[in-house]
Amino acid sequence: MSDALAIDVLGLSKSFGGTRVVDGFDMAVPPGKIYGFLGPNGSGKTTTIRMMCGLLKPDGGGGTALGLDIIRQSREIKARVGYMTQRFSLYGDLTVRENLTFMARLHALPKVRDVVDRALKEYDLAPRAKQLAGNLSGGWKQRLALAAASLHQPGLLLLDEPTAGVDPKARRDFWDRIRRLAKQGVTVLVSTHYMDEAVQCDNIAFIAYGRKLIDAPAGEIPSRIGLHTIRIEGPGLQPVYDTLEQDPGVEQIARFGAALHISGRDADALAAAAQPYNGRDGLSVSEAKTGLEEAFIWLMSGAEDNFQ
Amino acid sequence: MKSLSRILAILGKEFIQMLRDRLTFGMMVGIPVMQLLLFGYAINTDPRHLPTLVEMGDNGPASRAILQAMEISAYFDLVGTVAPGASVENAMRDGEAVFIVTIPPGFERALARGERPQILLDVDATDPVAAGAGSGVFSTIVQQALEPMLGDLSPPVETVIHRRYNPAGRTALNIVPGLLGIILTMTMAMMTSMALTREAERGTLEALLSTPTRPHEVMIGKITPYVVVGFIQVAIMLLGARLLFDVPFEGSPPAFLVAVSLFILVNLALGFLFSTVARSQMQAMQLTFFAFLPSILLSGFMFPFAAMPQWAQALGQIIPATHFIRAVRAIMLKGAELDHVWPQIWPLLVIFTAIAAVAMLRYRRTLD
Repeated sequence: MSDALAIDVLGLSKSFGGTRVVDGFDMAVPPGKIYGFLGPNGSGKTTTIRMMCGLLKPDGGGGTALGLDIIRQSREIKARVGYMTQRFSLYGDLTVRENLTFMARLHALPKVRDVVDRALKEYDLAPRAKQLAGNLSGGWKQRLALAAASLHQPGLLLLDEPTAGVDPKARRDFWDRIRRLAKQGVTVLVSTHYMDEAVQCDNIAFIAYGRKLIDAPAGEIPSRIGLHTIRIEGPGLQPVYDTLEQDPGVEQIARFGAALHISGRDADALAAAAQPYNGRDGLSVSEAKTGLEEAFIWLMSGAEDNFQ
Repeated sequence: MKSLSRILAILGKEFIQMLRDRLTFGMMVGIPVMQLLLFGYAINTDPRHLPTLVEMGDNGPASRAILQAMEISAYFDLVGTVAPGASVENAMRDGEAVFIVTIPPGFERALARGERPQILLDVDATDPVAAGAGSGVFSTIVQQALEPMLGDLSPPVETVIHRRYNPAGRTALNIVPGLLGIILTMTMAMMTSMALTREAERGTLEALLSTPTRPHEVMIGKITPYVVVGFIQVAIMLLGARLLFDVPFEGSPPAFLVAVSLFILVNLALGFLFSTVARSQMQAMQLTFFAFLPSILLSGFMFPFAAMPQWAQALGQIIPATHFIRAVRAIMLKGAELDHVWPQIWPLLVIFTAIAAVAMLRYRRTLD
């Protein structure tokens, strides 16, 4: 399936108890890419992922994962897709090795022992093979979960907030592994709230209120939205914040470390709003690159207007 | 003062949580009501209206007077006569009757001649409580029935009471086989419902289902270990019954095996059903307790079934333990074979099918 899309879904919809959680979701992911899946809590990321790996039947729409129909071939998909749940879903009262062996046997893999040994080595879990999974720290649990989700060498990995609550070092290690898997040709769809992780993705899909708002390479997103940002630095920023918040040319305002970032789509109006502060009371005003975080926060507030 | 405000905060929070957990709240209200109704209305330790069969060897005014007096006493419900050709033995083993009165041929003539004829009362003594009341008053009833006809002479008849299956009236003989039903109900339903709920509660079900594993594979794989546990429990109970309480095992082992296997299945299905309702292991346990209470009270385990009012008996009929306990008592104490306990086996089959069907329907829905 060299050129075929790893994920190709159209119009996916799902409601729970009358609430539309996912609404007409489209996505096309080429093979071997790392696709970031972003969006606020409760935006439908998990539901979308569960539909794509055959765990949940969509109410409407459909498509394929690894060329297999997500509605009719859910069992074949499960055999070839790795899914890592948001919440640790292995057995705390089994050891690391027992957990991996269990998952390998559920996938009916041949030579279970070898498969597990290889995974233990690859994920540096060998020294902890006999430890109960429940006693592992957060970072190690996630590593075990990734090892378990990729035991059957899936062509597509769906990772649902794999690094939530994990320390920075463990996160970096985790992402090294994701990149290594992608280099081997595995397609990865990963949901995250961390911007430093988002920028490492080849492409980002942003979802809010069950709808996809943007789908583009990380670097292009701010320019796609057409959002400009100006940075104001200096002492005593609180009154500046309070005033600029009321300015119609400023669509969004945020503290950024010791500076203030104001953003808006109308570059002239934005510049006009910031200009009076340049040089006043030791403040300095400069053009800034719109970051992903600003772009997403802007998208989220826009989404609220559109859907609420 | 500050301490009080903190205590009040915790107290308030506790009530909010209590009210949010509908199931627990329902149980807190439901259990006292259920107990009150069951203990107050259904349970009767002075059993009356026990089913009685009559073997009419003779049919005259004296015999009829005796039967009428028995009926009036309310201890005996004459439900029929022993079919011609059928033995008293069989009628009792099948659980048709607790008492069988035999009026021998030539009874009337012997009575008229003052020969002190015998009148025989066969009693199913497996349940000493149920059997005790009726057999205790039998000779008095006969005596009083004949008084107006014969006058207050020396006892005109000899009442012979024949306690079958448990002549010594040992309670253990009745309780121990019944306990088998109670323990299996408790542990099987609870263990399966908790084991199944645990996967959903801890989120492990999600990982399990993300593999090509089919739902029925999950079911079979998770439930089979508990079948094994059930049989181990039965073995322990049987051994204890024999060694500690000297409870006999008169009937057919295959019949016993059929009854036990079926009953274990029923309870596993029940546990499975609970697991589709409960959202946590705690709730699963509460539901089991809810099912457990009527199983103890209405199944005839603790209190004589026949002594309960009609509505309670009807309720008891849908409790699997009722049928199982009857079957096991018949097999162990009365030497019943498979065809004797068929009247208890088929209701278990029906109950099993019903529970399993509902559980399967609910299970499919909970997977989403």
